Amino acid sequence: MTLDMVRRGDRVRILKIDDPQVRFQAIRFGIGEGADVHCAEKLPAGPIVLRRGRQEIAIGRGIARSIRVEAI
Amino acid sequence: MHGPHGHGAVAFGHQHRHGHGPRAEDAQPAARRIVLVGNPNTGKSIFFNALTGIYVDVSNFPGTTVDVAQGRWGEDLVVDTPGIYGVASFNDEERVARDIILQADLVVNIVDAVHLERDLFLTQQLIDMGLSMVVALNMMDEAEAQGLKIDIPLLEESLGVPVIPTAAVVGRGMQELKAAIPHARQGKIDPILLTKLKEWYGASRPTPELLLAAEGDAEVASRAGLEPANAREELYLQRRQRVNDLIARVVVDTREEGGFAVRMGRWMIQPLTGIPILGGVLAVLYYLIGFLVAQQVVGFTEKTVMQGAYEPLIRGLVDRILAPDSPLSTVLVGEFGLLTMTVTYLFGLLLPLVIGFYLALAVMEDSGYLPRLATLVDRALTGLGLNGRAIVPMILGLGCVTMATMTTRILGSQRERRIAVALLGLAIPCSAQLAVITAMLATLGPGFVLLYSAIIVGILVMVGTLLNRVIPGKSTGLLIDLPPLRVPRAGNVVRKTMSKVHMFLADAGPLFAVGSVLLSVLQISGWLQGIQGLLAPLTVGWLQLPKEASTAFVMGFVRRDYGAAGLLSMHLTSMQTMVALVTVTLFVPCIASVMMLFKERGWQEAAVVWVGCLVVAFGVGGVISHLLI
Repeated sequence: MTLDMVRRGDRVRILKIDDPQVRFQAIRFGIGEGADVHCAEKLPAGPIVLRRGRQEIAIGRGIARSIRVEAI
Repeated sequence: MHGPHGHGAVAFGHQHRHGHGPRAEDAQPAARRIVLVGNPNTGKSIFFNALTGIYVDVSNFPGTTVDVAQGRWGEDLVVDTPGIYGVASFNDEERVARDIILQADLVVNIVDAVHLERDLFLTQQLIDMGLSMVVALNMMDEAEAQGLKIDIPLLEESLGVPVIPTAAVVGRGMQELKAAIPHARQGKIDPILLTKLKEWYGASRPTPELLLAAEGDAEVASRAGLEPANAREELYLQRRQRVNDLIARVVVDTREEGGFAVRMGRWMIQPLTGIPILGGVLAVLYYLIGFLVAQQVVGFTEKTVMQGAYEPLIRGLVDRILAPDSPLSTVLVGEFGLLTMTVTYLFGLLLPLVIGFYLALAVMEDSGYLPRLATLVDRALTGLGLNGRAIVPMILGLGCVTMATMTTRILGSQRERRIAVALLGLAIPCSAQLAVITAMLATLGPGFVLLYSAIIVGILVMVGTLLNRVIPGKSTGLLIDLPPLRVPRAGNVVRKTMSKVHMFLADAGPLFAVGSVLLSVLQISGWLQGIQGLLAPLTVGWLQLPKEASTAFVMGFVRRDYGAAGLLSMHLTSMQTMVALVTVTLFVPCIASVMMLFKERGWQEAAVVWVGCLVVAFGVGGVISHLLI
């Protein structure tokens, strides 16, 4: 599934990020491919907030659609 | 190419000197370049201030909107860098930081102890560059309060560089950090990376250029005469793994965090609670800027100081030298005088407003509210081909469209900049206009306020949606770090504000001056009256307004508030007022913002935006006129 399908409170593993710019930035933020994250917030039709440790990252819905994840 | 304006020889002319380890044992210590590097929101500027004191030189890095501060610490030069998440060239901030780091003798890396997962990635990258460095493990007080236990000796041993725990806000650890700077040294470079660099470049020791070339930075590679490798992803993943392993060994999280700040942060981004919070923030902003600054402060600076004292003085001086109605006198102290109107407008009216807006923005940024606001409004802005970050120029536009147009540089793509600039020029009324518009709407009653707002917002949404459809390419999405909510630090806020105000005056000041000269020339040559005459049929026939309204429109080009103020003195019916207000809002921005538009976007695009604004303004105005009147 893709990241836009997760629900608030879900824990997922990031599998694949297509856009190279997004991929590099995600690795720096610690939410790159292979990272286990927690969906802290999901705005209606809007961004998804991922949490890993104490780090929170907001991701626009468009980018979220291009990120493959699996439930853990 | 390197370094801020005017500092080339002294400040940025050093030869590269990395890879030689600590230089403390030099017989005669030469001045070193100490570069401060850290993620955004790590409190870096407090360290900068603690080292350099008050003699700080802030200047704009060539070709960017990025300000760089430098100062002295004893013999040494201390250079600040913009907050970054890693060294590369993803945006202006990173390119500036990268070029400053490439010139460093020694790096002080400031790390947020609460967010080691994020921050140590940069730390390890700096270590992998072979830089001589010290790590300040900042915000230790917060880390302790949140129940994080960090094994500092183990962290220090694993990184291979001195690690000094600090809490800069309360001054803890600052002396220890200063004492540790002479002991800066190269850290433990990832052994796998060393093997690879040897394999690819035949180098036994990494240099910053070598690492960046291996990570695919073509610009640095070509400058250093190296072949860029295509290994960024491989090296990033390797580094991420190393950092995660390190954190697993040195950090113990003794309790799951909750706390008021975290809950408050969530409320700010959830629409149900976030929108009322935004409403509250806007109300406070309106009171502080729309009332206190725009009326009380500007009333004093513009009316009392500038028009009451300064202008008569300068007029008297010029009149002694020049004949009162000579062309030169008109240019200098006439209606649009270079020494009268420009100076009054810039310093009496705009400066207090610009300071107010940048101050508010700095508080929102430093407290952590701004990224949450960007998250909240992201959905609404994606429909216009923008992302949440575009809220910054939109808010600034309500202060001064010229300033906001400048700020569109922060947006991620040319496409977004194009859309934002067009919307700013068209549908965002600046504070000068807003004051008069509010006054006129107030006399009409709440129904008209609603109608006016609906029309302007409607146009904003329609034009944005249309531009998003027709402009080719793809806008960037939102991907931002949400830093913890904190009480803003006064020093930080003031420094950010001053640096931006300085940039505004330097960039926009000359534009206002050129604009006023242009207007004086138009006035002397009689063309201004000519243009007013040309506009008259359009005003009377199409908009169904009195002939004098065309003067108000032309004056609106001089200063947007003049345009609106001109309408105030006319006898218009409610419907006519509505038509005139909508037209004057959508109508071209003031002459300075048009020039900023040309400067930022080039003449072709700027001309399209300008003509587009005119067509939409008169088009919409006419349609409303025929519907209402």
